[in-house]
Amino acid sequence: MRRNPLIQLILIHFREFVREPAIIFWSIIFPVAMAWVLGIAFSRQSELVQQVVFIENPREQYPLFREFLEDSKEINKEIYGENITCFEKTITSDKLGKTSFRFISTDWDHGILLLKRGQVNLIMKEYPDSLEYFFDPVNPQAKMLFVMLSSALNNDRLVYESAKISPLTQTGNRYIDFLIPGLLAFGAMNSLLWGISYALIEMRSKKLMRRMVATPMKRSEFLISFFVARLSIAIIEAAILWTFAYFYFRITLQGSFLALATIFLAGNIAFSGLAVLISSRTANSRVGTGLINVVTMPMMILSGIFFSYHNFPDFAIPVIQKMPLTMMADSIRAVFIEGSGMVQVAGNSAVLTGLGIFCFLIGLKIYKWY
Amino acid sequence: MATIPVIQIRNIRKYFKGVKAVDGIDLSIGEAEFLALLGPNGAGKTTLVEMIEGLQKPDSGEILLMNRHWKGNETYLRRFLGISLQETRFIDKLTTTETLRLFASFYGIGEKRIDEVLDLIRLQDKKKAYTVNLSGGQRQRLALGIALMNSPAVLLLDEPTSGLDPNSRREIWDILLALKKNQHTTMILTTHYMEEASFLCDKIVIMDNGKILAEGTLEELLTRNQSDEIIEFNLDGDPADLNLNNDNWLKKMNWDPDHKKVTLFVTEILQALPHVLDKTGSDKYKIMGLECRKMTLDDLFISLTGRKLTD
Repeated sequence: MRRNPLIQLILIHFREFVREPAIIFWSIIFPVAMAWVLGIAFSRQSELVQQVVFIENPREQYPLFREFLEDSKEINKEIYGENITCFEKTITSDKLGKTSFRFISTDWDHGILLLKRGQVNLIMKEYPDSLEYFFDPVNPQAKMLFVMLSSALNNDRLVYESAKISPLTQTGNRYIDFLIPGLLAFGAMNSLLWGISYALIEMRSKKLMRRMVATPMKRSEFLISFFVARLSIAIIEAAILWTFAYFYFRITLQGSFLALATIFLAGNIAFSGLAVLISSRTANSRVGTGLINVVTMPMMILSGIFFSYHNFPDFAIPVIQKMPLTMMADSIRAVFIEGSGMVQVAGNSAVLTGLGIFCFLIGLKIYKWY
Repeated sequence: MATIPVIQIRNIRKYFKGVKAVDGIDLSIGEAEFLALLGPNGAGKTTLVEMIEGLQKPDSGEILLMNRHWKGNETYLRRFLGISLQETRFIDKLTTTETLRLFASFYGIGEKRIDEVLDLIRLQDKKKAYTVNLSGGQRQRLALGIALMNSPAVLLLDEPTSGLDPNSRREIWDILLALKKNQHTTMILTTHYMEEASFLCDKIVIMDNGKILAEGTLEELLTRNQSDEIIEFNLDGDPADLNLNNDNWLKKMNWDPDHKKVTLFVTEILQALPHVLDKTGSDKYKIMGLECRKMTLDDLFISLTGRKLTD
């Protein structure tokens, strides 16, 4: 019986994956890198501007808060296409150090949207005699912000007694709702970039690629086998994570499944193209590891997988938003928790697909087969 | 011996950053011919073979394989070519059979041939073993099996026994001898083992510094070059003082100052030996370890290059 070469090539990857799971190299560096990222994120907390949605009550203002805002700086800031008034204030406390706050004055619906997108962790609403805080009680950043804010408002005296706290624990508003879509995108990036680039570089360094190319094997089938196998593995990994998230955290898809599949496929195409480009020249696996890290590390840190990228300086945000992982994560998040459909993800999907094809063609042009 | 040229190489050159890897080589190899490219490391053997394999492009010159150039004929030619690279590592967690099946699929070959190849390379008992668990010799036999999968018209073997122990080397030789006997495959083998070239091949091409120094059958090479007999001895003194160079029975003399060894290439030992003993008989010189023997490939290489193959 004659065997189909493409199927045989695809089977290589599955056999390797099943027989040696340790080949997924990122699983080794992942815990270390994550600890590093979290360390950086928390150690610079004091320098960051803490963003809070502020639901104003123009008729009956809360005097204590208005007094607090008296010496704040009023600015107009464009947030998701809307020009919004913000109050910025930096206070220095003996106990809590330097803290900068930005109060985004908006309505409830827009405030919830900003919370879902991870731009803010806390919403506060003004009443004549008190403030009401809305946040996910299991989100450590939100809790921390509440403590910092209430302390600042009361001259370092915590006011659990007087303030009213309303937990926002409905599906879609929690930190885990923010995290899971990001992890789906992050998993796809790792699976594709490490799974394709590293494997190709290793095959080249072992002279196995040279040996295979010295047969009538079609080079296109060789590369397609990587894409098909890694896409399948990425889908399986995503399905496992989603199933876990569904049963354990009750995370459900608010938007269209077709939109989710489209953006997931587009992201996979983008990372496959990048993987081919990264692996196009080098035959040294240590150089290859460095190259893959150069591409994945910035996205892993900046793309808002674990924490919102809105914590980074304003000038960096437009750049971050154009990173492939950010585009994929933001779109998946929009489908999962904002109920987005095909129309909303079409732009990012097209850009990601185009990027993947572009990188693939460039990679192919300069590819070192021998 | 068949004379149809299967491989024709015309004045090919290949330079790497100013180093002449292959420097103007002409070679013609006929059908079913088994040719050895013999030379030390860095002689240009691998570069030459890889150009024949279409894995490297010559800077100038022409290579014709079965009367076709590589350009525009790659898919066609690859169907008839069997290749064993100097170094190939396989996918660790693929079995011997799975590895053969993968390569068989590229040629559209079925299970029957995989079984035949397993017999041929004597790896039936290892067919379910992961390639990572094979010994060096077994892995080299697997590489040979892959090269033989398509029953190639032209088989190119780049140092197939390099680094193997004598038993493993002998196993590869047995497979190649069986091939030579039963098939009509044109074979090129690169090696730096004299005995391998002389034992297996019909024709030997000696290379060094990217050039062909000599080519022909073993007998042709030994008789055509300088002499076919050797007198060798260690000398405690300067051989120049012996004035041996003026004697007409002597074809060539080599002096290895490190080992104080004199090698004389002579027409006939019986004629030459009395002269040697006469010249070295005085008290002035002390000779030791006198040896008289037929010329070998090793001697020929030293006579052509002034150094040993293993240098």
